[in-house]
Amino acid sequence: MNFSEIDPWILAFAGITVAVTLWMGFRSSKSSKSASDFFVAGRSVSVGWNASAISGEYLSAASFMGIAGMVMSSGYDALWYPVCYACGYLFLLLFIAGPLRRFGAYTIPDFAEGRFDSPLFRRIAVCFVLFIGFFYTMPQMKGAGTALSYILPGLPYWVGVVVVGAVITLNVALGGMKGITLIQAVQYWIKMFAISTPVFVLLSVYGGYGENLAMNQSAAEAASKPAIVQPADPAEMQRKALPEKAPKDDAWLAPFGPLTTKAVKSAAAALPVEERAPFLAKNEKPFSLIYTFSLIVALVCGTAGLPHILVRFYTNPDGVAAKKTTMWVMILIGVFYVFPPVFGVLGRNLMPELYTGLAGVKGTDAVVLRLPTLISQKYGVVGSILSGITCAGAFAAFMSTFSGLLVSMTGALAHDVYGRMLRPNSTPGERMRMFKWCAVLIGSISVVLGCFVEPLEINFMVGQAFAIAAASYFPLLFMSVWWRGMTMKGAAAGMLTGGLCALLAATATNVSNLSLDKGAMGKIFSGFAPLNDFWAAHPLLRILCEQPAIWTVPLAIFLMVVVSKATRSSVPKDVRMKMLVLHAPEALGLKQEYIQEHQGPAH
Amino acid sequence: MSQSPPEETDFIHSEEFLHGLMKHQLKLSISCAAAFLLLLFGLPLFNYLAPEFMARRVGGFTVSWLVLGVLFFPYVWIIARIFITRSMALEDAEVRNAAEGNKRQS
Repeated sequence: MNFSEIDPWILAFAGITVAVTLWMGFRSSKSSKSASDFFVAGRSVSVGWNASAISGEYLSAASFMGIAGMVMSSGYDALWYPVCYACGYLFLLLFIAGPLRRFGAYTIPDFAEGRFDSPLFRRIAVCFVLFIGFFYTMPQMKGAGTALSYILPGLPYWVGVVVVGAVITLNVALGGMKGITLIQAVQYWIKMFAISTPVFVLLSVYGGYGENLAMNQSAAEAASKPAIVQPADPAEMQRKALPEKAPKDDAWLAPFGPLTTKAVKSAAAALPVEERAPFLAKNEKPFSLIYTFSLIVALVCGTAGLPHILVRFYTNPDGVAAKKTTMWVMILIGVFYVFPPVFGVLGRNLMPELYTGLAGVKGTDAVVLRLPTLISQKYGVVGSILSGITCAGAFAAFMSTFSGLLVSMTGALAHDVYGRMLRPNSTPGERMRMFKWCAVLIGSISVVLGCFVEPLEINFMVGQAFAIAAASYFPLLFMSVWWRGMTMKGAAAGMLTGGLCALLAATATNVSNLSLDKGAMGKIFSGFAPLNDFWAAHPLLRILCEQPAIWTVPLAIFLMVVVSKATRSSVPKDVRMKMLVLHAPEALGLKQEYIQEHQGPAH
Repeated sequence: MSQSPPEETDFIHSEEFLHGLMKHQLKLSISCAAAFLLLLFGLPLFNYLAPEFMARRVGGFTVSWLVLGVLFFPYVWIIARIFITRSMALEDAEVRNAAEGNKRQS
């Protein structure tokens, strides 16, 4: 590692962010003693704090670094990610937030058990908390490794992953969730500041958002205006030449670009030359449309099914507060999400060398960290400061998301598996100790998995986590809340099938991508290289594997309906009471009645 | 032998009340969802069927970039706001309905 290359400003900002985060974690660990504090932050958090905290936790490395990276690498199509990340919340608000809050339970597995009176189902639900969680922690680890390699040039990627993973695991094991709520809220504002300030500065120096986009010629413009129109002041509006590897303007700017047409293009490349053009003309756009729809379904339904976000609704004092919180979350994250694409657009014009970086730490995923340094050419140290700010934001992003995920996954393992299933008679002290050990276990697994994913795009991996949630938790929650005919077997059949299919599809996609890597990962996963030939021969299958939501979500819902109807004798006897609790206004006190009835005979 | 609690026969535990609750709530949610889904699935279709229009420039942006990168967000906020206001009003109406229903029965 070359110490002379370390930029002191960048190191300082990142270091301060990390230190403040940890300090807040340790401080609050002193005041979180009881198990319930550990799990749901004492249940008394105001709308403002909770909205900031949910937003803070929601904005992961994908939001902070990944979107900008993907917009730069793939153009227009990548915009679906921020829009769906933000707007998926609407689905949550419309169909799930209110009823779930009224029902009230510590975790989603609790809801699963309570709605269907089935401890077995709880176990199944817990598995998905872990599956979805690990797919979500992997991109955070990549963010950590990328950021640390940027700050400390020469540091190997895996060291960054291990260091950050260890620090956060320790933080969670000691502080639980109460500390996390406060930290998450503050970190939203750090991230908001960190993404917007550099954008304003960069735009004032390098021209506006629209102006920079205008420098990319669409297909129609290239045809009608062969010469590029010179901007009024060439010194201000500059654009560097794009490397060969970069996507061309017209494909990048327009819908159905590089992101959604990869499968079709590699299939065409495998065909004899004369068949390529007709193949593409027939298939490129329709397949791309399918890809787009499937991506949208994954992201929108997935948001409504993310376990670590849903848990936060139980920290609201009542259902009305839960709805207001959701509204504020949508505003806070929506405003945030306007900014990362700007980095992508500017990065394309001003820092195109990132296109040639290896897909890992030197590639487009680092554009948010690296772009502000351009200002150093004119304004010296300001560039480093801005880059330090974005680094701080990046740290806030993956630290907060990773810790949130860790708490929710650990909670599932400790509270649900240990506390309810293995040793229901354990004391609170034993449970807290178990929590700490589970945190270490899950943190370690996340770190190990994270070491393998350097060649994969951050944003894409998060999309996969969403796809699994969309095919498992979303159908479960949606159908359980709105249809009283659901039985445990139906819910389980749907959730398991949809979720596992999505999981396998995501894994298959990842290992085939990893086998193509030119670095170490390519060697480790080289056994999967033949898959790529299969994909080239079957582009539609590849698309359905890369974005499985369009078939796994309907499959899950279909199975839930069919199997529930087939087992309709096992609909819970008190289903009307359950539905009342889910839907009746809290003022009518039906929930308290329900609790009393259930605390009667032991179950 | 457990006694059937007396509340079981009153209005708020009746099928009628629950059915009304769920029907009205679902209707509101679905109509808001429809407004959202119209743009969500409509935009790719627009991009597919009318690419020249979607590529027209507005202040440097293409129409499709402007919609997806900027305008989508306030559109969704408006839908959310409408939903929240209406669902809170609906909840108040439900509470009133429950009180009246109980009065009718007693």
